[in-house]
Amino acid sequence: MSASLPASSPPASNGSEPVGAGFILKKAVLSALVALGLFSLMVGVRTEAGQSGQLEYWTRFGELASLVGAVFVGSIVVELLRLWLGPRGGLGSFVPASVQSGLSVAGRYLAPALLIFTLLVPVIFYNQRYILDLGILVLTYVMLGWGLNVVVGLAGLLDLGYVAFYAVGAYSYGLLSTTFGLSFWICLPLAGILAAFWGVLLGFPVLRLRGDYLAIVTLAFGEIIRLVLINWQDVTGGPNGISGIPRPSLFGIPLTPGPDGLAAMLGIPFSPTHRIVFLFYLILALALLTNWVTIRLRRLPIGRAWEALREDEVACRALGINITTTKLTAFATGAMFGGFAGAFFATRQGFISPESFTFQESALVLAIVVLGGMGSQLGVALAALAMIGGFELFRSLEVYRMLVFGLAMVLVMIWRPRGIVGHRSPTVFLEKSKSISSDLVKEGHG
Amino acid sequence: MDYFAQQLINGLVLGSIYGLIAIGYTMVYGIVGMINFAHGDVFMIGGFIALISFLVLVSVGLTAVPVILLIVLLVSMAITALYGWTIERIAYRPLRHSFRLAPMLSAIGMSFVLTNFSQVSQGARVKPVPPIVTGGYTLHEGESGFVVQLSNIQIVVVITTIVLLGLFTWLVSRTRLGRDMRACEQDQTMAALLGVDVDRTISMTFVIGAALAAVAGMMYLLYYGLVDFFMGFVAGIKAFTAAVLGGIGSLPGAMLGGLAIGLIETFWSAYFSVEYKDVAAFSILIVVLIFMPTGLLGRPEVEKV
Amino acid sequence: MSSAPILALENLTMRFGGIVAVNALSFSAQRKQITALIGPNGAGKTTVFNCITGFYKPTSGVIRLTHDDGTQYEMQKLKDFNISKQAKVARTFQNIRLFPGMTALENLMVAQHNALMRASGLTLLGLLGVPSWRTAEQSAIDNAVFWLKRVGLLDRADDAAGNLAYGDQRRLEIARAMCTGPALLCLDEPAAGLNARESAALSELLLSIRSDHGTSILLIEHDMSVVMEISDRIVVMDYGVKIAEGTPRDIRDDPKVIAAYLGTDEEEAAAVLEAEA
Ligand SMILES: Nc1ncnc2c1ncn2[C@@H]1O[C@H](COP(=O)(O)OP(=O)(O)OP(=O)(O)O)[C@@H](O)[C@H]1O
Ligand SMILES: [Mg+2]
Repeated sequence: MSASLPASSPPASNGSEPVGAGFILKKAVLSALVALGLFSLMVGVRTEAGQSGQLEYWTRFGELASLVGAVFVGSIVVELLRLWLGPRGGLGSFVPASVQSGLSVAGRYLAPALLIFTLLVPVIFYNQRYILDLGILVLTYVMLGWGLNVVVGLAGLLDLGYVAFYAVGAYSYGLLSTTFGLSFWICLPLAGILAAFWGVLLGFPVLRLRGDYLAIVTLAFGEIIRLVLINWQDVTGGPNGISGIPRPSLFGIPLTPGPDGLAAMLGIPFSPTHRIVFLFYLILALALLTNWVTIRLRRLPIGRAWEALREDEVACRALGINITTTKLTAFATGAMFGGFAGAFFATRQGFISPESFTFQESALVLAIVVLGGMGSQLGVALAALAMIGGFELFRSLEVYRMLVFGLAMVLVMIWRPRGIVGHRSPTVFLEKSKSISSDLVKEGHG
Repeated sequence: MDYFAQQLINGLVLGSIYGLIAIGYTMVYGIVGMINFAHGDVFMIGGFIALISFLVLVSVGLTAVPVILLIVLLVSMAITALYGWTIERIAYRPLRHSFRLAPMLSAIGMSFVLTNFSQVSQGARVKPVPPIVTGGYTLHEGESGFVVQLSNIQIVVVITTIVLLGLFTWLVSRTRLGRDMRACEQDQTMAALLGVDVDRTISMTFVIGAALAAVAGMMYLLYYGLVDFFMGFVAGIKAFTAAVLGGIGSLPGAMLGGLAIGLIETFWSAYFSVEYKDVAAFSILIVVLIFMPTGLLGRPEVEKV
Repeated sequence: MSSAPILALENLTMRFGGIVAVNALSFSAQRKQITALIGPNGAGKTTVFNCITGFYKPTSGVIRLTHDDGTQYEMQKLKDFNISKQAKVARTFQNIRLFPGMTALENLMVAQHNALMRASGLTLLGLLGVPSWRTAEQSAIDNAVFWLKRVGLLDRADDAAGNLAYGDQRRLEIARAMCTGPALLCLDEPAAGLNARESAALSELLLSIRSDHGTSILLIEHDMSVVMEISDRIVVMDYGVKIAEGTPRDIRDDPKVIAAYLGTDEEEAAAVLEAEA
């Protein structure tokens, strides 16, 4: 479709209008009028169910006026910025090329530096529980992002229900540990295998669907899993979820204050921080495992076949690649990593419920992958840090948090449609590894 | 049998609402090839605007129900259409020729914005309204005492849907705008070369889709008597499911898919379990797509190599 | 070595709704020869290729492939990926279909997927990096380098395929097809868009593929200078049916062929021929 057109296709019809004070003013007035229309009822009138259940309303013309005023001023500011930044204007042209090239050069040093820093986080911030918790959260999303990256970034299959596999992993551990008393280290691989199994089960019939049909089916699958978790009360505990999920042990040594706990064994005073630090390194190890496996897979025939599939499915078939099994392996691999992350989530929280596995979660992980620059491991890690960290920064905004978050998502996509890391690095080279501009890299149809 | 007939009526009414939303998805998909994830929230906004305008009209002393309904319909269509236009302008137009996933994420972001905007501006609590259209007809009274009823509100929903569909079909097949839309669907570059204002046509597509979603929102309000800020998500997913089920890009398909989803949901609740009604709808979607990979009425994709 | 032709089509028919793109077509391609399939636009040539390589299931007819050792495959019954994997038929596309975001070298590595999958123990051994995998990978790279050299693209090995010039992309696609180790190579208009010098180099390349590697070639081509120079046999199609078959010399003088290309009837074409002589 039109999506394949180059970005430099016919300019917008209003691109050639003369830009002057009158024009800017006219535009601002129009924007303000539109805002007035949009907000007139939604902001100007506030409704609420009263004491008797009867609906009441009151007006808020002050708020309405200030909002419209803000849009008026904002429009002028944006137009002036556009004038100042250049004729093509808009956020689209404001791509700092220096950041781009700088990133690719620094990329080689950035990744190790980031890794070393991450390893040191529990040492530096030992007494700051909040930062450690945030670090664990970010790393969980890094892992989820890397897992989904296999499916979306490498194989080019659009999966909108990734959270389903996260849920399968979490519930696998939750149920196996609470009903059969199995330990975390036995359940972890099981959770991965079960998630992969579900991936195959879903993938087998639907992977021949193309494009957005696949997207909606995966979305539907994610919803089915969530609804079953809510409604199958006997097994899953319904909306109340599962609580009392055992905490992980260091290969059998519990991190508890008791005499057989780790602290007692090492002869150091017990501190609850030990467990947090342990969890931090646990998720770091899991994430690094995901990363290591993905990097290796990319250099193996299976990984190359995934990327080839993203580039051109027809050519793959002509080269004797069985696209069904190739897609299935990508789906299952991604699902498996999701399952690992889910098991970790369950053991970290000690409690799981269907609320943690909504579509928003899938959308967030997908946003991390796309923002990272599809297929780039470093990009995904940076995007997870930016998104989750940014989301935390917005915490003070309280109810406005999702509003700002959504707007940020829109703006970031307009600013960098191809993500932070806009190039692909080859998996094999003769002389010199030259990175490939993302303009050439396809994003798949499936 | 009576029970069945009653469920059939209920299912068709629900299906009409889904169908109206589904048309918006399918139109946008047909013309710009993207899933407009924010469309479900546009429907929600439509419901809210209908609610607010209704409240205001009643409080200024208007009592004639048909007049109120007509004004509410027009106001919510107009304002919601403005939302559709603005969303396209802000979130999608800059990404028109971009990569496939960028507009999709932008749409998801926009959906978050709308959900949250309505939560912030109107509060998180469910907003109930007293029944506006009351009364109805008893169609049949069974021996067991079960009564098959057709309420006036059901009639209103179905008639409004039929009238709007007629209007809409005329618009797409007989007017200049409709021709431009179909041309853009085939080949935007070529259409632009032949003098079609592509930007305007795409804007109008969003405007029409949003207006239909507003109608659906208003019907939802009248039928269920409540709106809340989160209703766009579930309804949106189901309407999108309906569009895909019918064959995305196909307008009659969207309506057909909407009716199918409405019926599946209603019958499943009636005969099996209410809890699993959505599971049933989604499962049937998956099953249908396995056997008809492009939906019920979708054109089969031929790939020339 | 089997004496049967490498490829034999018997009454191949392909319908698309009302259109009969290929109509009861029968011909065969001899082992270690270059067979050209020519005809005006829309004659159904690419459709024949698509049937042979499994992209379309023919409406009816048999496509039989016989390997040197006598193993036979009925291509219309094979799954699409097995046509390359088992029957060893490789192809190129009329509209180049490389993996544009991957380097030239990577393109050729993907072509050796099945051999490499086996060597990597279905990924497990490869993940562990066992020595046997490493040697297999190295020999795959060597093979790729060999073909890059053959098509003169060794210095572009690390460049993205999408960045190569048009002619280079065409040759890379041939190299990629050859990396699958085919018994039959099907080329869909390999000279389209090439300049005279590039066409000449292409002819040379194809001849050497035939003689040095013993690969049989089935060639669709509009560039008559290439076809006449390198083909051993030519099959001419028009409106889905075969209208002539023979050596380049036979075809050059066949009024039916000229008529089909010029869109005139046979007598006029014969008159043109006589006038020329
Ligand atoms: N998938 C398809 N669906 C419908 N019709 C098709 C399909 N593929 C090919 N055709 C039709 O079959 C006929 C033969 O097409 P084909 O591409 O085989 O011609 P060709 O000989 O390769 O022509 P050219 O020299 O232009 O490449 C054409 O009329 C074409 O429109
Ligand atoms: Mg052709």
